[in-house]
Amino acid sequence: MSGTPLDYIGHAAGSRAGAILPLTWFTLVVSIVVIVIIAALVLRASLRFRARGGASETVGVPVERGADGLRWITIGLALTAVPLLVTLVWTMAALAQVAGPPLANPGLVLDVTPHQWWWEVQYNGATPDAIFETANEIHIPTGTKVLVRLHGGDVIHSFWVPRLSGKTDAIPGQNNLSWLDADQPGVYRGQCAEYCGWQHAKMAFEVVAEPPAQFAAWRDHQLADAPQPTTPRIAQGQAIIVYRCGLCHAVRGTDAGARTAPDLTHLMSRRMIAAGVLPNTPGALLGWVQHPQGVKPDSLMPDQHLSGAELTAVGAYLETLR
Amino acid sequence: MTPAAARVPEIGENTQQLRARLHALWETEPGWKGWLTTVDHKEIGIRYIVTAFILLAIGGIEALVIRLQLAGPDLHLLTPEQYDQFFSTHGMTMIFLYASPVLSGFSNYLWPLLLGSRDMAFPRLNAFSYWVYLAAAIFLYAGFVIGAGPNDGWFNYPPYAERAYNPGFNEDFYALGMIFLGISVTVGAANFIVTALKTRAPGMSINRLPILIWGTLTASVANLIVIPAVSLAFFLLWLDRNFGTSFFRSDYGGQPLLWQHLFWIFGHPWVYAIVLPAMGMVSDALPVFCRRPLVGYSVVALSTVAVMILGFGVWVHHMFATGLPALGLSFFSGASIIITVPSAVTVFAWVATIWLGRPVITTAFLYFASMIVLFVIGGVSGFMTASVPVDWQLTDTYFVVAHLHYVLIGINLFPVVGATYFWFPKMIGKLMDERLGRWNFWTMFVGFNVAFLPMHLTGLLGMPRRIYTYPAGMGWSTLNLITTIGSFVFAFGILLFFINLLKSLRSGPEAGPNPWGAPTLEWSIPSPPPPYNFAVIPTIASRHPLWEDALDESEARSTLDCGMTLDKGRETIATTAIDAEPERILEMPEDTPAPLLLAIGLAVLFTGMLLKLWIVTGIGLVGCTAALLLWMWPRKSLGERAPASEATHG
Repeated sequence: MSGTPLDYIGHAAGSRAGAILPLTWFTLVVSIVVIVIIAALVLRASLRFRARGGASETVGVPVERGADGLRWITIGLALTAVPLLVTLVWTMAALAQVAGPPLANPGLVLDVTPHQWWWEVQYNGATPDAIFETANEIHIPTGTKVLVRLHGGDVIHSFWVPRLSGKTDAIPGQNNLSWLDADQPGVYRGQCAEYCGWQHAKMAFEVVAEPPAQFAAWRDHQLADAPQPTTPRIAQGQAIIVYRCGLCHAVRGTDAGARTAPDLTHLMSRRMIAAGVLPNTPGALLGWVQHPQGVKPDSLMPDQHLSGAELTAVGAYLETLR
Repeated sequence: MTPAAARVPEIGENTQQLRARLHALWETEPGWKGWLTTVDHKEIGIRYIVTAFILLAIGGIEALVIRLQLAGPDLHLLTPEQYDQFFSTHGMTMIFLYASPVLSGFSNYLWPLLLGSRDMAFPRLNAFSYWVYLAAAIFLYAGFVIGAGPNDGWFNYPPYAERAYNPGFNEDFYALGMIFLGISVTVGAANFIVTALKTRAPGMSINRLPILIWGTLTASVANLIVIPAVSLAFFLLWLDRNFGTSFFRSDYGGQPLLWQHLFWIFGHPWVYAIVLPAMGMVSDALPVFCRRPLVGYSVVALSTVAVMILGFGVWVHHMFATGLPALGLSFFSGASIIITVPSAVTVFAWVATIWLGRPVITTAFLYFASMIVLFVIGGVSGFMTASVPVDWQLTDTYFVVAHLHYVLIGINLFPVVGATYFWFPKMIGKLMDERLGRWNFWTMFVGFNVAFLPMHLTGLLGMPRRIYTYPAGMGWSTLNLITTIGSFVFAFGILLFFINLLKSLRSGPEAGPNPWGAPTLEWSIPSPPPPYNFAVIPTIASRHPLWEDALDESEARSTLDCGMTLDKGRETIATTAIDAEPERILEMPEDTPAPLLLAIGLAVLFTGMLLKLWIVTGIGLVGCTAALLLWMWPRKSLGERAPASEATHG
């Protein structure tokens, strides 16, 4: 990922963002040209015949009727009309190209439900056992149009992956559609773009585009349940997770089945935790588990106050959720 | 005595005796009692301006705190909760409590002077609209002061604004405060409309109105149409929050998107309402420093109206990402692109006026000329967001933040500061310091552009708006630091402006009636104007009554020193709406405490609603009724009650 992961002016990595990028550049260049022309005119006009002397001499400069100047307006408007019409036509063409989601036969259909302040992602399949849930990290196969069905959760959020797709809001009470595709394998950062409360700032996610075979392998792996503990310490960790974290989180294959917080079944397969906020390293993970309020103040996950031994056990168990 | 309505006005010269008589009739009683009861539009106008400038300073300090928080990645000056209240309160302050009221202030002060009238059409309503503005501002800020300021941005989308996600008093303060403030805007708008149509000097036909009148008139018509939408929206939100209705709560069948329609159908015309009068001030004052009339008066006036008419059809461009059907979006996209045309007319008219004139580079001129460039920057970035696919990337990033600051600061604040340099001599009778003015201008201009020009790039690099902090490694850190530095320079420029105001107030040189050699009626009377404005009502023969000899466009000349004396009481003349033919004498009201009492009654009523203390609401209601009775009680002096002897004659 380059130094500006959310920029949408330098890069587009999919056909949807790619259709918009040249139009963005066109309107930007037109805008800059217009600004430069008008600024030059104002500057030249102000200095050309300026009267000498300061404010107190204003009254001494005689008033003249002068030319009526309407040609300025007619010529100015004629010149303005050209880029406006081009933009209008191009806008409609681009809109026709990118607006309609590929409803007919999308290569992949995802159900995304944003919550304060994380992203719930459901992968669909032909049979119930092919359906699974994950969070904050979306894997897609390259070269495939992916339909994203956006479901309103708590408050309004907006789904946005600048390099792949513009914004679509997720609004409670309605289901919106978005779509995206990626030309090349890569990791593309996404971000909530509609103000949604205290931790709106820290509500990011990642889209991981990988070759279809690799994607298929990832998908099969995600379908598996969490492994059973192999040592007493891991078993102790699992017990704590089920007992405490299971009130909100799910770990498939255990009694932790709540759905109000991210599914943890394959937590360790993700690159980041806390909705794109921290790298998924053992230290960051345990720090987050113990003291989330330090990282995301007012987030809905409370501090845990685990003892050192408990925390080590939790770490050992989470480490197995690959 | 013949009732004023039926009297034929006496014509007379502007004599010492007449002025003394009028002074006695129109002067506000000195002391606190007069201060609280005055209905003089000049007094009210200055109060509006001063209050708005104080709120500008408060909103500016909030902005500086926000900029400190964002100066670098992962800073912790504010908690997320505090940050949310700061940015929401900053937006509320600048948009609702500074930008609109400051223009109301200038229009209130200037209108009767520009129109050749002795006051606004409804002077008591005018006083009422100020007191309600003040009370609503205090009400809205009361929440912030006790830690319960608005926290959902100025456009306040539910469901986040609903009680389930926002349990404090924050949103109740905001919802009720906005309804309260809406009363002020509504009565003010009605007053402007009637004043523009009915109380112009004879001969000031509709094609001779200063552009400021067109701007504020257009904005006022828009406000009358759209304020009900937003007041309703806030009322429904208050019901949702307090009485279990579900207008905007989807879990009980409501529609969060309904809010966005109701808000933006108000919000977009509102943006024009807070720039059109400012553009009008530029259209009127800039030509004075170019020593020639404005190029294209008629098209500029028509463009003002056209912008607003189109402005009613663009609100959905704030909602391009909400999942509305593409066909609908394309209509609003087209309208938003086309609205560029009337704006371009005005820009070319201004540029041509400078080009074809002999510019005198004063501080006011610098503000007006630079405003053209800032207007274009804010305009073209708006044009970019008008294209739906482009907007799907731009919206809700700092690009939009940069855009809206170019619009509001470029097209509202810069003209307002320029207008202050221009009209301060009329209001106070003293000139402002030009030397300090240059420092003031250049620090503001440089600081503003250093702060907000790079912000476009911050947006293009993907920084979302309304985030309390951001991580390093996003490419935004340096740009944000530059913006923070620029914002402090800009704030220092505004400080210089306030210093210049105070300094010039104390020790500015005498201005005289017309220091700029300007063409409009306000410059034909002393500075500051006497309480009655015009000793005799002028008769107008052209668009530039004081430039008629220089321009020599026709034989006809305006008559300024001989006209209707109207000295039998507080009186002014009512004229017809299009041609300004004299119609009848208007009896104008005396100073009265009723507007203040009604505003206090409303404040009590709204406080009761906020706390759900219905007894307090009841007291407020009784107070309002009493104040209204005092206000509406028929008076002989206003011809509302015939003297007993005449009543029998019918």
